[in-house]
Amino acid sequence: MSRTILDINDFSMVFGGLRAVDHVDMHIDEGEIVALIGPNGAGKTTLFNCVTGVYTPSEGNITVAGPNSEIIRTNGKKPNKITELGLARTFQNIRLFSSMTALENVMIGRHPKLKAGIFGAIFRDKKTRDEEERVIVDSLKILKKLNLAKYANEPASSLPYGAQRRLEIARAMATEPKLLLLDEPAAGMNPQETKELDDTIKRIRDEEGLTILLIEHDMSLVMSLSERIYVLDYGKLIAEGSPDVVKADPAVIKAYLGE
Amino acid sequence: MNKIIQEIKKSVLSALWLMILTFPIMVIKVNSYEGVVLWRWKNLMWIGIGTFFLSWLWRFLLDRKENGPGESKPDADRDGKFSLRKALGERKVKIPTLAVLAILVLAFPFMVKFYQVGIMTSALMFVILGLGLNIVIGYGGLLHLGYAAFYAMGAYTYGLMYLYWGLPFWAALPLGAVSGAVFGIVIGVPVLRLRGDYLAIVTLAFGEISRLLLENMSGFTKGPEGIAQIPRPGFFVKLSLQGATTYLFYICIVLVLFAIFVIRRLEDSRIGRALEAMKEDDIAAQSMGIDLAKTKLITFALGAVWAGMVGVVLAAKTTYINPGSFTLMESVMILVAVVLGGTGSIPGVILGAFLVTLIPEYFRALADYRMLMFGVALVVMSIFRPQGIIPRVRKRYLVGEDKS
Repeated sequence: MSRTILDINDFSMVFGGLRAVDHVDMHIDEGEIVALIGPNGAGKTTLFNCVTGVYTPSEGNITVAGPNSEIIRTNGKKPNKITELGLARTFQNIRLFSSMTALENVMIGRHPKLKAGIFGAIFRDKKTRDEEERVIVDSLKILKKLNLAKYANEPASSLPYGAQRRLEIARAMATEPKLLLLDEPAAGMNPQETKELDDTIKRIRDEEGLTILLIEHDMSLVMSLSERIYVLDYGKLIAEGSPDVVKADPAVIKAYLGE
Repeated sequence: MNKIIQEIKKSVLSALWLMILTFPIMVIKVNSYEGVVLWRWKNLMWIGIGTFFLSWLWRFLLDRKENGPGESKPDADRDGKFSLRKALGERKVKIPTLAVLAILVLAFPFMVKFYQVGIMTSALMFVILGLGLNIVIGYGGLLHLGYAAFYAMGAYTYGLMYLYWGLPFWAALPLGAVSGAVFGIVIGVPVLRLRGDYLAIVTLAFGEISRLLLENMSGFTKGPEGIAQIPRPGFFVKLSLQGATTYLFYICIVLVLFAIFVIRRLEDSRIGRALEAMKEDDIAAQSMGIDLAKTKLITFALGAVWAGMVGVVLAAKTTYINPGSFTLMESVMILVAVVLGGTGSIPGVILGAFLVTLIPEYFRALADYRMLMFGVALVVMSIFRPQGIIPRVRKRYLVGEDKS
């Protein structure tokens, strides 16, 4: 039994009169690939935003395992603090730093791991120079892992669509997360690109020892990738379990296809 | 043929429109002394003819921009063709160019009339202000319309400390920088949650508030009458007016070089990248572990440091400061210099600052219309060249593609 990395306990998110997420319990264990699915508007991205600190949850607890296996409650913490705890995310609607190059995008991801301050930048002492050099080397390594090395000096906005999606993953990986949260990584990709993404995600999971939580609408990708699936509908958890169990669950079929 | 008639029709329409629009101010003139109204119909004719042709030119340029020979690629992509930027990048050209420039700058005060040195010093001060505001707007992406408040802070640091404690120029210069930075952070804290237009409005208000405070705290700041007889810096001995002005010119040169040095180093450092990420997408930046609050405060502080220093130089140069020198107009002019020259580009901002200060100086006849001119220039620029006269060139990292 591997340890739990993310634990969501009786968690709700309320916007005015709307319960976007309603008393949800979830947990993700180290090394798993877990998918979160559900029809449009089910509250998947809201849940993501709460976990990563963009919104503050209305009720319940979200806890992550700290560096020494201690349990840390993240409710109300700033997104950058949560990133430092080892959670990194991508965005559903690509949010790259579009006029910066691919390499620079990944270098931004290294930000929390670095120390150089204003005076380091101005005086450029040995420590700062070494750090800069290391950042470039490390970032390039990450780009290579995702087959993006040839775009290193291209502005992010000029990359092909699939490459932009992968660059988002690269940028998130640069923060050295334990848990990677992917929000619709295959949205808008053709079947060929989706297949490649499938392989890439599995590969980085194995190579980096990552845990992955993904939101996805492409069912073939979800079924092929995930070990466990949570299904949300109208903010409520309606099913969970292995792909086969979820596929056969009448509640899931009803949510997707109607009566 | 049909097309030409269409074009004529459009131009006639715009001419008529502008003729009606400007009719009250350009045609009617009331001579209240003799009690008669002058009808200057000739003006109306000139406006009509002028608009007719200008609107034609305008549409021609717009058309060319949209469908024409759109080969305005960045210089780096134009292989083979001569490019000034590329040539300047080469060592063989770069070093002699810099040497000639350095000699010209050093000799400048002895080659021209004395009052020119004063004008050039003002221009250099504006360059530093532009570079400072460029950190806030060009790198941090925070639209700041109250920059003159930081400038005032520096000037009053020197003015007040001299007034009460007799502090000399060289002690005031670093203190001006510090007080600028502190003031930047103080203003930064309440606006941390704002962005875009809201930030612009609040900073504008802060700029006006600080000026009004200086004006109304008469007991402390001497109010609108200002502080007079602030000493110019001495060079071991007390300098003549001429000597002190020349000395300030050199001080400004050193400050400009210092600013360029610091900003270029910041630009490609961890902090510089964080600033830029914040400009591009603050939510994504925060999700990448960048502390937005801290980064915003750093941006304001880094921008305000330069205004603080230039403020001290201004107090020393004019020997007199009052709140009237730090109006909204001053903030706007610095902003115009940055936007005109090229947001985020150091050479662009320098050129922009020179244009904004020197054109009204040397074309005195146009001085009354300078606001109109800058307005027109901004409109034209934002349509035809939004990236500024000299846009920013991104750094490329050597990644050794052939090695792998």
